[in-house]
This record gives sequence, C-alpha cells and structure tokens, in this order.
Amino acid sequence: MKQFLAFVRKEFYHVLRDRRTLLILFGMPIAQILIFGFALTNEVKDSEILVVDYAKDNASQELLTKIGSSRYFNIRQAALSHNEILSTFRKGKIKAVVVFPAHFNEDLLHQNKAQVQIITDASDVNTANMVTNYLSSIIVDYQNQINANLEIPYRITPEVRMLYNPQLKGAHGFVPGVMALVLLLVSVMMTAISIVREKETGTMEILLVSPFKPVLVIFAKAFPYLALSLVNVTAILLLSVFVLDLPVKGSVALLFAESTLFIITCLALGIFISIKTSSQQVAMLISLMGMLLPTIMFSGFLFPIENMPLPLQVISNIVPSKWFYIIVKSIMIKGLGLAALWRETLILLGMTLFLLLVSLKSFKIRLQ
Amino acid sequence: MRTLRFLLRKEFRQIFRDKAIVAMIFFMPMVQLILMPLAADYEVRNINLAVVDHDKSPYSQKLISKIVASGYFRLTGYNTSFREAFGLIESDKADLILEIPHDFERNLIREDHEKLFVAVNAINGTKASLGGSYLGSIIGDFNGDIRMQLVTPPRFSQFPVIEVVASNWFNPVLNYKVFIVPGILAILVTMVGGFLSALNIVREKEIGTIEQINVTPIRKHIFILGKLIPFWVLANIVFTIGLLVARFVYGIVPVGSLLTLYAFISVYLLAVLGFGLLVSTFCDTQQQAMFIMFFFMMLFILLGGLFTSIDSMPEWAKLITRINPVRYMIEVMRMVILKGSSFSDILPHVGIVAFMALVLNSWAILNYKKTN
Repeated sequence: MKQFLAFVRKEFYHVLRDRRTLLILFGMPIAQILIFGFALTNEVKDSEILVVDYAKDNASQELLTKIGSSRYFNIRQAALSHNEILSTFRKGKIKAVVVFPAHFNEDLLHQNKAQVQIITDASDVNTANMVTNYLSSIIVDYQNQINANLEIPYRITPEVRMLYNPQLKGAHGFVPGVMALVLLLVSVMMTAISIVREKETGTMEILLVSPFKPVLVIFAKAFPYLALSLVNVTAILLLSVFVLDLPVKGSVALLFAESTLFIITCLALGIFISIKTSSQQVAMLISLMGMLLPTIMFSGFLFPIENMPLPLQVISNIVPSKWFYIIVKSIMIKGLGLAALWRETLILLGMTLFLLLVSLKSFKIRLQ
Repeated sequence: MRTLRFLLRKEFRQIFRDKAIVAMIFFMPMVQLILMPLAADYEVRNINLAVVDHDKSPYSQKLISKIVASGYFRLTGYNTSFREAFGLIESDKADLILEIPHDFERNLIREDHEKLFVAVNAINGTKASLGGSYLGSIIGDFNGDIRMQLVTPPRFSQFPVIEVVASNWFNPVLNYKVFIVPGILAILVTMVGGFLSALNIVREKEIGTIEQINVTPIRKHIFILGKLIPFWVLANIVFTIGLLVARFVYGIVPVGSLLTLYAFISVYLLAVLGFGLLVSTFCDTQQQAMFIMFFFMMLFILLGGLFTSIDSMPEWAKLITRINPVRYMIEVMRMVILKGSSFSDILPHVGIVAFMALVLNSWAILNYKKTN
C-alpha cells in the first residue's frame, strides 16, 4: 500500500509539473461546456428569407409584417423572377423564399381560399424542415386571426404542456450531452497517452523491472486523472447550474457517484487503448479520430437513437457516453433516483469490469 | 528546390513506414463515412405516444386510430391514469401523452366545444415541438372530419383558408443522407489533415530528431513546406476516396463542377494544415498538441453548421464561426455538390480561406525557431 501511494505521488508530480498541459486539461472542458451550452440550439432564429410578393395587397402585407416581427426570420424583400431564386440559393445566405401569388387578398376574401408558396433550400434539410414548420404555423395564426369573429362549430382545442423544459431551451438537451462527450474524450486521451508515452520514452522498462507489481503501475497512472476529472466534473456541474441555468432535481450525491463511475469506465477504456498500442500517435489517432465522431453521433444528444437503423442502434450500446447521457439527463432534469437508473449503472459497471479484465489479460510485462 | 525534394522523400518515407498509421489514415475515415450518415437522421417519426383515454367513446377510439395511422406515432402505452403515463415519460418509453377527458364525445356535441390535453417531454426541443405540431394537425384534421359529419358542408369553404404549398429545392424528398454525407466528409478530411500535421513537428521535438534538422542549412520555410506538402497530398487522396464513397455508396453526384470543388479544397487544406503546424510549433509534447487540437476540432465541428444551424447561435458564437475554416468547407461542399454553385458563387469563401492559409502558415514559419 505504501508503495502504491508512493507511485501515485510520482504520477501526481508528473501531471502537476507540466503546467501547460494542466491548464489545457482544466480550461478546455470548461470552455467547451460554456461555448456549446450557449451556442447549440435546435431551433431556427434569424433565418434570412426572401419574399416575392406578386400581390402587394393588404393581406400579403399584414402576413409579411407578422412573419417579419417573429424572431425566427429576417425578411429580405425582393421583386424577383423565379430564375433569380435559384441564383440566390446558390450564393448560400437565403434559407427560404415565400411567394405570394397575384390577387392574394381577393382570393382570400371572395373564394375563401388563397395560396402561399414556400420554397426552401433543402440542401440543409434540418433548417428547411424547421423553416417550413415555423412559417406554416405563423400563417395558420394569421388565418385564425382573420377568422376570430367567425363561429366555428364543434371545436376541439388541444392544450399543450411542455414537461421539464417549458421554454424549450436547447441547453437542457445539449449540456448533459456535451458533458458526457467531453468527459469521455478527455479521460480516455489522458490515460491512453500517458501510459503509451512511458512505453515510447522507454521509462516503462524501468518501472517493469522494479519490485512493484506491474498491474499496480497502470492503476497508479490512472489515479491522478481520476482526481483531475472529478475536479472537472465539479466545475462543469457548477457552471451548468449557475451559468447555464440547468436544474439539478435529483440527488447531487448520486450524480457524483455516477460521474465517478463513468470516469472510471473512460479511464479503463484509455488503459485498454494504451495497452493495445505502442506509439503515442496511434493511441491519439484511435482515441480522437476514431472516437470523436462516433461519440458525438451515438451519444443520442444530437440524433435520436431510436431513428437509427437497427445495426447502428446495437453499435450505439457500446458507446459509454450514451448511458451517461441518459443518467445525467434523468438525474438533473427529470429528478429520478437510482431505482430508475439501475440498468444504465449496471451497464457502465459491466463495461468497466470488462475493459479492465481484457486489459489485464493482454498486459505484457515482457517488452518483446 | 533540391532540398525540398529530399525533405519530401524523407517525410513520405516516414509516413508510409508506420503501417498502423497509414491504415488508420485511409481506413478509419472511410468506415466512418460509410456508417455515420446512417446514424444521422433528424427526421421525427416513431414518436412514442402514451394515450390516457378517460372517455372510451367511438370518437376517442377514432381519434386514436387516426393518430396511429398517420405513421408518425407509435402507441406505446394505453393507460388509465395520467400518473401511469407519466411513468412512461420518465423512463423514456413515451415522448408525448395525449389525455382525452371524460365525456369528450358528449361535450363536443352538446357544448360545441371540448379540450384535449397534450403533455410533451420537452428535454429534446426539436422532437417536442415537431411532435406537438404533428399531433396538433392530426387533431385538426380529425376535428374537420367530425364537423363534416355533423353539419352539411357548404359548397365553398365558409371561412378564409390559406393553403401553404411547400417545395424543397435541391433535395425534394428531404433526404438526410444527401445533406449529411458531404458534411461528414468535410469533417473527416479536416481531422486527418489537422491531427497529422499537429503531431508531426512536435514529435520530432519530443524524439529529438529536430536537432538534426536544426543544424542543417535547411531554410525555415522549406522545412515547413516539406511538412505541409505530404499531408496536403494525403488529405487530397482521402478526400477523393470520400467523394467516390459518396458517389457509389450513397449515389451523391456533385451537381457543380469537380474542378471548383478541388480548387477550394486545395486552398482549404493549406489553411487546416497551417493551423496544425502552428499548433505543433507552439507545443513541447505530443500530448499538449493533441489536447489543443482536440479542443479546436470540437469547436470547429460543433460550430461548423452541420449539426445545428449557425443562424440560431448567439452573436458571439457567430463571430467564432467566421474564423472557423470547417464552416466554410461545409458550406462550400453543400453549395457545389448539392446546389451546383459556380466558382464565382464561392469566391468569398475561397478568399477568406486563402487569407487564413496565408496568415497561419506565415505564423508557423515565424514561430518555428531553429535555436533555443
């Protein structure tokens, strides 16, 4: 035990001595949480749309003012022909075009039916979808406004309540996701690189010939990173509550316990990678190029996992951040307890044990 | 010139000697390019719906079957109380609850007017608002059907209706693959170029071989060029393979000219590699270089406009995206591949990226010091 502590102390010296890296390790996750917490939203805001108004009558003007005054759109008016729509789309700024046909008002008043055309730039499908939806609902609003005095019989009005996140803030979904993402990548990279580095510089040899148990060398290496990550978790949680306005409805102790478990899973993954590789470059390429995109996509905070084809849904199960994302969301925003999360917890636990076991099995104390 | 040729030979040899790295450079991006787009699907369907039907009347049954038949919703719970249905929301088995009150049918007919209650799990904002609006429009349709049954419809619509005709250009069926594949390719090429170049000089520093270069009469800019060109070639090859994957796996044929595309990517890669080399000259260890690149790559990728729209970001974040090369790359990919934009359309993009390339590379040359 005394030996182990001495080793842990050595590792702490290693980490603390390199001020620059330390600064990066603390500063980076915090900056990322702040930037992404504020910048990532799924809504459409200030989208530039073009209006082609062939009608130029009361109704079209009223509807335009309504669209322009919503915070979703910035109107660029232009008397264009249809050909010019294509060329403006090609320049890229404009997201959609709204076309009012001639006699819009007359059609509306006399035939009780008028048309509006919406043309979207669907090379960005997501924005195109949102813009169409928002525009349609503004138009429906306007229609209800003119019909306000009419008695419509047999009316069903749905009353919609938004649970957990009544203002539909992006941060509620994104912050737990970014948290899982950042913690995973940072923890994995730290351990993977620091162990491979000893191999590469040759100091691993010295450690292996010492009377200290080789396996404990590895654990001692992971230890400072566990401490470091816990400090990071604390900082991230404080930021998300006090700066990003996220609630913590469930128990803080449970949140910390789960975070610790998740960090250990990531460290185990890092240890696994470091044992399987022999150069820092390979370790880094695996833990970054290999893991960055899959973690972003399979965590479930950007793309709903239930929409993916079945094989990918299966693959998503091996991404630890997916489970941690569910856990954080449930504890912070839904306020659930361990009773609802035992499955996710067990999965993370199982992953950790599996990774450690495989690492131990393939850990070679001989150099060649 | 001769020096440069020898340097290039050295760099290429070094890269190709490590088989593991070569495999990773070509293999990993391709696997990801083939798999990832399948996962990227924002389309909201399969919304899980729990229904609490207190009425159990023919009307409520008809409404439920109409909702299920729409194809957007999957009935995952038919509960007797709201609390039970709420449990489904807590365990993520339901996204929406529709509660039909007692005497829904009777009140609708007698009192001319009745309410329905919808509760949405709003943690995922998109799914919530889209799911809510789909449900709303189905209820509206149902309402129209009922009205038709109960009152004889007049020949024309009684009240003014505005019909919205939407058409989606460049991607009429709103296929997500078409939109995500070019974006993912842009990110992958950036990662390959950025990571490799960032690790390169610092690796020589760490192993100590940089000393050997420093004592030779090689000029600084020649040295940087010698590092730049091999990765530029490699990244171009990765990009080309990526285009072929997009063509033969996803059937995406660029509408615009390939020449325009390559003209942009040539300049763009200079900027990305210049950034990597700059980071490399600043750092002492590969670990530092990696963390710094990781930080910037995350920023570049998540603020690149592929996953969430740049328009919706706050002003300061929009400013960051202006100096984000990936943003320009993703825009150009979309413009040229999907919309067929010409070189003059993307000229502003080329200009900005060329400026970045110039600044970053000169900075890297200045920052690389042969003496300590």
